Amino acid sequence: MNATLTPAAPDAADTLLVHPIGKVLAVTSGKGGVGKTFVSANLAAALAKRGLKVLVLDADLGLANLDVVLNLYPKLTLHDVFTGKATLDEAILPAPGGFSVLLAGSGMVEYSRLTPEVRGEFLRVVHSLVPRFDVILLDTGAGISDVVLFAVSLASEVLMVATPEPTSLTDAYATIKVLVGQQQRERVRLIVNQTTRAGSGVAITHQLQQVLDRFVVGSLGRPFKLSHLGDIPADPEVRQAVMRRQLLVQTQPACPASTAISLIARLLAEKFVAKAG
Amino acid sequence: MLIARNPHILGPFRWQPGFASLTSLPPDSFVDLHALQLDDARALLEHDAQNGDRNTDESAVHYLQRVIDGLCDLSLKDPLTGLGNRRHFHGVLARAIETVARSGDSVLLLLLDIDHFKSVNDTHGHLAGDQVLRTVADCLARCVRPVDTVARYGGEEFAVILPHCRPAFGRAVAERIRASVAALAIDIAPLQTLTATISIGGAYAPEWVRSTADLWIERADQQLYRAKTEGRNRVCLDQPRELAVSAEEKGLLFGQLELDELALPGPALTRVNA
Repeated sequence: MNATLTPAAPDAADTLLVHPIGKVLAVTSGKGGVGKTFVSANLAAALAKRGLKVLVLDADLGLANLDVVLNLYPKLTLHDVFTGKATLDEAILPAPGGFSVLLAGSGMVEYSRLTPEVRGEFLRVVHSLVPRFDVILLDTGAGISDVVLFAVSLASEVLMVATPEPTSLTDAYATIKVLVGQQQRERVRLIVNQTTRAGSGVAITHQLQQVLDRFVVGSLGRPFKLSHLGDIPADPEVRQAVMRRQLLVQTQPACPASTAISLIARLLAEKFVAKAG
Repeated sequence: MLIARNPHILGPFRWQPGFASLTSLPPDSFVDLHALQLDDARALLEHDAQNGDRNTDESAVHYLQRVIDGLCDLSLKDPLTGLGNRRHFHGVLARAIETVARSGDSVLLLLLDIDHFKSVNDTHGHLAGDQVLRTVADCLARCVRPVDTVARYGGEEFAVILPHCRPAFGRAVAERIRASVAALAIDIAPLQTLTATISIGGAYAPEWVRSTADLWIERADQQLYRAKTEGRNRVCLDQPRELAVSAEEKGLLFGQLELDELALPGPALTRVNA
């Protein structure tokens, strides 16, 4: 076994650097189960409604539930693109909401370790997608695994999804800490999902910012801003849509949650996408 | 062949549906135990000091089951140290990977290598080397919980799989193993004792992710390499990044928010403020 010993890859720290690509937005969360993929898919549909060409990329490399949310089970996936069995065009699918989607496929679990080869392939795919779309949403995994940090490092904007529960907020806070401290992000945008009171997202953002200022930002010597992007109110229609595997903004465009998602889409389209394009 | 239709002296053995599903045998097959060549298997088991002889009051099925169990045991055991062998290790590792992928359990893999083992063989002979291997193996087996797996990976290299081992405790466990081995006085001859040290490299399986055995072993191996190059008799772990939030931070985070969010439910309004 000693014959096969090799020192650690020298580029292991690459995930800690940000190489933001305009138009690329990462949707991430500290903890699973807060509605990250639901937000990604519906936000994509809402952006598409505004006339933008949108692609959602399963950047959780096969562990995202994008296929379940969209009820799509393609034969060709990102896995086949990585292994050379399919072209990018073959693997990009039209999703029900008028946007495009690139699913990772379950074969991607073997890429759960971010080797330089996987990183290279992933970068190649993202870069060849950029000229074809107005917005690329990376639906990343939760937490701070190598793959999540790498995917987030490619995004010009990070959208952090959290619910008002203490566990979700703690994990969101911990993840932001890593993004600020290790990736040197200067801004993260918070989407608070399943709020029950008007204004709670603003209060949560303010509270997180205060604790970040005290425990993280103070020692960095550079500013960090957690911006509140929007609240998505708890809405019985969300559960209905999820159970039926439909996009909420399509089936119930006037419900409170849809209205909120459309507002977030409008802000994104006006503030970032127009600028990046 | 193993299958015969004539019930015989050792007794007919009818394949149960459960068995049949594991083999290609038709469900109504009979096996004539008399036709089985069990001598070699029995010899193997006798050699291994396991009881290979048939008790007179033992049923044929029980006897055959015991021979099969004994052979399974032999195929998974390292004869020198009595630990699991490499095959056993790979079986347990494969199950651990599935567990981690489905449950997010925290499983630590340690690879351990006896430092400067070759010089023991060269200086004191192979019998002394074997004694060192046996003594270290016994020590490793005593250091861990029953739920853990200790195996001889090959040569002077061992592996330990520790399920339900939280990242905060991994280093303490590995350090305890290292210190226990270093404290051994190994008798290799009357009035002649040796001491041995080990280097340990460890890696956790990425939680909720289906890793592969090769990737996981490679990460632990890299840490073992690091332990060796940093001077041996030490522990190097590939620590997973931890979501570290202090109690003080937590208190400040949602001490107020909980109240805010859980207060009288207001109308489900939307407010966007970017």
